[in-house]
Amino acid sequence: MPEDKVMNIVVCIKQVPDAESVKWDHKTGTLIRDGVKSVINPFDYHAIEAALTLKDELGAKVTAVTMGPPQAEEAIREAMSMGVDEGVVVSDRAFAGSDTLATTYTLSRAIKRLGDVHAVFCGKQAIDGDTAQVGPGLAVRLGIPCVTYVSEMEVINGGKGLRLKRLKEDGFDMVEVDFPVLVTTLSTLNTPRVPSLKAKMKAKRAKIPVWTAGDIGADKKRIGLNGSPTKVHSTYIPKFEAKREFLEGSPEEQVDALIKRLKEAGVI
Amino acid sequence: MLRIDIEKCIGCGECEEVCSFGAITIVDDKARVDEESCTLCGTCVDTCPEGALSIEKEGAEELDLSSWKGVWVVSEIKNGLFSPVTFELLGKARELADARNVPLTAILMGYGLRDKADELISRGADRVIVVDSKRLSDFIDDAYARVLAHLAKKEMPEIIIAGATATGRAFIPQVATILETGLTADCTGLEIDKESGQLLQTRPAFGGNLMATIICDTRRPQMATVRPHVLKALEPDTSRKGEIVDFEPPSELLDSRIKVVESVTEEQKGPGLTETEIVVTAGRGLEKKENLKLVEELARCLDGAVGATRAITDAGWISHSHQVGQTGVTVSPRLYVACGVSGAIQHLVGMQGSEIIVAINKDKDAPIFDIATYGIVGDVKEILPILSKKICKERGLD
Repeated sequence: MPEDKVMNIVVCIKQVPDAESVKWDHKTGTLIRDGVKSVINPFDYHAIEAALTLKDELGAKVTAVTMGPPQAEEAIREAMSMGVDEGVVVSDRAFAGSDTLATTYTLSRAIKRLGDVHAVFCGKQAIDGDTAQVGPGLAVRLGIPCVTYVSEMEVINGGKGLRLKRLKEDGFDMVEVDFPVLVTTLSTLNTPRVPSLKAKMKAKRAKIPVWTAGDIGADKKRIGLNGSPTKVHSTYIPKFEAKREFLEGSPEEQVDALIKRLKEAGVI
Repeated sequence: MLRIDIEKCIGCGECEEVCSFGAITIVDDKARVDEESCTLCGTCVDTCPEGALSIEKEGAEELDLSSWKGVWVVSEIKNGLFSPVTFELLGKARELADARNVPLTAILMGYGLRDKADELISRGADRVIVVDSKRLSDFIDDAYARVLAHLAKKEMPEIIIAGATATGRAFIPQVATILETGLTADCTGLEIDKESGQLLQTRPAFGGNLMATIICDTRRPQMATVRPHVLKALEPDTSRKGEIVDFEPPSELLDSRIKVVESVTEEQKGPGLTETEIVVTAGRGLEKKENLKLVEELARCLDGAVGATRAITDAGWISHSHQVGQTGVTVSPRLYVACGVSGAIQHLVGMQGSEIIVAINKDKDAPIFDIATYGIVGDVKEILPILSKKICKERGLD
């Protein structure tokens, strides 16, 4: 990366249905759709904050990229209200049905169009798909190393790299890596900042470009359904088979009834 | 795009109901799709009793898949021992390999692990490929990914499965991307389809509200990560025979810009949330941080772990590592005690697999009671001290 260039940071965000507003009727096994709002994937706020922290420390241009329907520009505006400089919505009907393989291809095409990047931040996973596959896959597409599940971050080597605490099953690793790098963030990494009024105003007025498959020079065979090797074969609604026995009486009696049943079940 | 065969459609509305994106409506007794909202997820296709729905792919590449053979399990070492999920994967992979009539190979990557290969054979593998290199002694995502992808290109297995652990979920997506193939995350079930021979990969979708079975029928290998604790391991059989093969990776594959400067194994304080048989969870019904100790006390009496809802961890009463639910940990203990937990969907999907669910809540209409085995309608602050005291007495504790 040339020294004189401004540092380029990309943060990938996704608009997801708000888990708080999604209600499920367990008796009929159907989703109650009324009033479901779209929000930024909760983990992505930590990716945004990580990008902004780096910007504060090293000076950088931060660009938020989202792939989704045109209305995903709301997510970009929200990211900008936190301090992200620019944003792009990557949107095309041809992207519909993308699995993670097609998604990483599409995002990588968009990010390459932004020029050389020093760092890419992604939330550890999106709460609608829960795959955690896009970050690592995107790193492969961009040809840069990926450090997942990061809970601490520190700039090292005079601004040329990062020291990261990466969570593992049985503990953690401290790793060091020079830019460019892709990092996926845990919620313990930071506390996302509150949007400033000034940035909010700027975000409101900003023109958010929409990039189509043509704009990013995507190969038709590699996007949307065509580029997605996985497909849904069948689905079923899991049954919550609950016994639903209410234990009656005074608190003492309720507790006694419970202990009796737990003993019968052999758990105590 | 989603095609609706109007001749076949009977307007029953099943598809409208199952669509999570509100993209299908029944108009004049026929299903109609709003293409702007439709994400082509395919959920409706399987639901239609008349087979009137289909998703068409145009221009996708057709590849020859017949030369890909065999089932692979990627093993994982934790603290010098195999993670339980490795044996669980081998147990299931044995079935898959037998159903396909192909050999089962375990991949063992790391440093100084060669003498552990026999253990993989005793748990079901026919063959172990050992990639032993000092440069693999630390877990380096991209090096591990390149080595495994290189091996897969060379040996061409039809199936690769790995644990959906922190490391598995970090590097397996890289492998799938290098191989340009499909990967299904966090599966809870794997089967071979008797007719097509495809791997049926079942995973929770939409936060566990729907179970989706995924296939990858146009590319190879078929890849999946599988949740720990859901599959059954085989008992070790030391009389099993197998082949152990060493593989030395081209050294450039091991080059990485990532340097592990420190690797720390953390001692667990008390039983871990996902390993314990009993979890006692704190919810907003506790009202004050001071009352968290009521939950901690019950957990102590039961020798269980303390869980918490997002509201509790967000409020900073306890660290996020205790959070059970969609954005936290998924648990499936024998006993789950939900204390003052209302039962928001993102919490339920993280604990619905528990064997016995006890819910204590003031509000008898709280959704937690829908999935509870036993419900106590009452004030947790009043119930918990009595429960702790009696359980401690039962178990001979103070």
